[in-house]
Amino acid sequence: MARDPILTFTDKGIYCPAGDFFIDPWRPVDRALITHGHADHARPGHARYLATDLAAPVMRHRLGDICLETIGYGEKLNLGSALVSFHPAGHVPGSAQIRVEVAGEVWVASGDYKLEDDGLSTPFEPVRCHSFITESTFGLPVFRWQAQKDVRAQINDWWRASIADGKTPLLGAYALGKAQRLLRLLDPEIGPILTHGAVENTNAVLRTQGIDLPDTVLVTAETKIADHPGALVLATPSAFGTPWARKFGAVSTGFASGWMQLRGVRRRRAADRGFVISDHADWEGLNAAIRGTRAENIYVTHGYMDIFTRWLNSQGLNAQVIPTEFEGETLDEAEA
Amino acid sequence: MKDFARLFTRIDQSTKTTVKVAALAEFFATASEEDRLWTIALFSGRRPKRAVTTTRLREWAAEQAGYPLWLFEEAYPIVGDLAETIALFLPSATEETNRGLTHWINMLRGLSQVDEPARKSAVLAAWDELDTTQRFLFNKLITGGFRIGISQKLMTRALAQATGKDEAELAHRLMGNWSPDDTTYHALIEADDPSADASRPYPFYLAYGLEEAPETLGAPDDWRAEWKWDGIRGQLILRGGAHFTWSRGEELMTDRFPELARAVDFVPSGTVLDGEILAWDGAPMSFNALQKRIGRKTVPKSLLRDAPVILYAYDLLEDAGTDIRALPFAERRARLEGLLRNLPDDAPLRLSPQLDFSGWEALRHLRESARDAQAEGLMLKRADSPYLSGRKKGDWWKWKLDPLTIDAVMIYAQQGHGRRANLFTDFTFAVWKGNELVPFTKAYSGLTDAEFRQITAWVRKNTLQRFGPVRQVTPEHVFEIAFEGIHESPRHKSGVALRFPRMSRWRKDKPVQEANTLEDLNEMLRLYG
Repeated sequence: MARDPILTFTDKGIYCPAGDFFIDPWRPVDRALITHGHADHARPGHARYLATDLAAPVMRHRLGDICLETIGYGEKLNLGSALVSFHPAGHVPGSAQIRVEVAGEVWVASGDYKLEDDGLSTPFEPVRCHSFITESTFGLPVFRWQAQKDVRAQINDWWRASIADGKTPLLGAYALGKAQRLLRLLDPEIGPILTHGAVENTNAVLRTQGIDLPDTVLVTAETKIADHPGALVLATPSAFGTPWARKFGAVSTGFASGWMQLRGVRRRRAADRGFVISDHADWEGLNAAIRGTRAENIYVTHGYMDIFTRWLNSQGLNAQVIPTEFEGETLDEAEA
Repeated sequence: MKDFARLFTRIDQSTKTTVKVAALAEFFATASEEDRLWTIALFSGRRPKRAVTTTRLREWAAEQAGYPLWLFEEAYPIVGDLAETIALFLPSATEETNRGLTHWINMLRGLSQVDEPARKSAVLAAWDELDTTQRFLFNKLITGGFRIGISQKLMTRALAQATGKDEAELAHRLMGNWSPDDTTYHALIEADDPSADASRPYPFYLAYGLEEAPETLGAPDDWRAEWKWDGIRGQLILRGGAHFTWSRGEELMTDRFPELARAVDFVPSGTVLDGEILAWDGAPMSFNALQKRIGRKTVPKSLLRDAPVILYAYDLLEDAGTDIRALPFAERRARLEGLLRNLPDDAPLRLSPQLDFSGWEALRHLRESARDAQAEGLMLKRADSPYLSGRKKGDWWKWKLDPLTIDAVMIYAQQGHGRRANLFTDFTFAVWKGNELVPFTKAYSGLTDAEFRQITAWVRKNTLQRFGPVRQVTPEHVFEIAFEGIHESPRHKSGVALRFPRMSRWRKDKPVQEANTLEDLNEMLRLYG
């Protein structure tokens, strides 16, 4: 006898009929379970939110006074006839895969994830399930990340070379997750690290919850670059080319993103340097994560859905595409 | 190849000309002579003969990576460059080596001597000992099109920095029909007698488009006007009893235009002419007629009869064996007129006429009649200007007609390549025939990056059907298509072909129903075709 699916795909997002809740919905709903604090997953306007205790401070910071319940990794909660738990996704601090069990059948909505331990987020844990919902942002074999230590060396070499060249290195990265990951990779021996407000606000939130970050200096209207010899500036990419960026004089610009793997994208960004570093799984990572779940049914969303689905089917899995509203934004999203 | 890869990385990481030139100059100062020679060859459009088809490369890359071919074919349009796709698709090298650029080029040239299994094992072995960047460059050597942000001009400047030689002299030395097989670095760059090569052309002087009113150029008396012809810019060299025809792209075209051989009967040796190669039947024929001659290395008799060419000369660069480029244009022109005076009608040389005009306003009127003269506008040349090299502002201007335009509906979209990979930039446009939309042209330029991003997001959400990389989209957006000419074409479904079509405006104000019709297009064909 065919049962109703545990999770369904609606025009508001992923919905669980048994528990009457949504996961990362994109239109206002009564109850939203949130995988992590990035803006395309944690949207404003829901009546009630549920997220991990580690994700909560950033969500409060970004969404203001919301009705937010928190839950620890691995803690179980009954919602209707569904049993719900959150498990580390390794994407950004507090990010989670959401496990939903109804009458012995298990589904996992993984949100965004990566397998590599970035030293900042709780590392990804595989969760066994029958059905697995996966992203596919980098679901092509051309995306293979280098070891983090290699990228660390490239970034610090660029910092030194820029200073030697009489330029201020201006490094662009998404404010939540990528920026802090970069902070941990930067070598404070080279010089001070200046930050844009959007980055520094997130730093402050993460520091209060006990995440260890190197010292940073917030750039204000009074900041003079000459007072900070050897400094690197960490900012969101949107700050590039604005009057704010002018105070740093001659700059060497760098972007840190998985898309920097592609020469075409690097050139279109017109940055001086592109560093290939992503908070999403690469091709090997996606495949390893899916194997680790031992799921039979794979639902593919966000990214190269058609291609990745065809690949999974050729590997004997039962995979299908779940369209989202956000396909058009994937490539140029800085957070990747 | 590590030093060549490092050079590439430095060039690729910078958007600044000075940085690129400095990196290249440093390479020229330190690399081996044979690597220098090949680098000069590559950046001046010379490359080893292709030894392996791209089809084989794709198959081998997929096989080596252990993935199905379709997965490779899906990744290719997303990466946007075949050499790069292969470089990224393959697993990391098992054991990196460091052999020079020339080693790999020689290895590739050897491939044409061996059978396919041997070619395959040689290419696979190379992939397995090169890191990603070197692998990308190796693949570029195979697939050709070595365009990595260094023009011949920048390469020449770097060479000048590295050698201390004059840039213009080097530019002249690098022209002509040489290849690394028949010369050495020393003979090409350093040897004392550069004039040995009788076929060597002068660098072309190129004009900028006039964007301001002509009044900004000053007194009309200081200027000479000619029609701007819609043909192939060419340099005809007559030296030592032989003739050589060069294109502006520095391609030797002597054999493509055998008609010009007879020029030696009419003009003395030691003459170099600059002009336009045109199909001619007593008057210039349309570009469409000339088009049949382009790309044909040998010309069948019927084509020589249907579309015979002449050189419509408008400048004289060498006279009686002397380089006269430094003389004022008026003086060069007077000598040119002297040379070409009283030639018989069957001579393959003619003088492109100068146009009399009494003032800028009169010239404006003249320009309006350019299409009737089979011209695409006017050329303005300062009477006292020397013949410079390359594109320089100031002395020569092209003043083209405004393009023709038509409002058309976008019906198919395809992703671009290279810098534009992952953006939808190549579109097919249609006009109405009753209730049906008939495709009539493609266009892929004219929009800003921001507009391309916007249309890309729209295409992703409004795809009706996919045919491989091509997406059929909802007919919703109207674009103004600008073009330089229109002619009949039985190969196109609409029956017409456009010259230089591009998107001049995104007509967001215009509903689809108000786009132009096939009748409108046919009317333009009647008027301008």
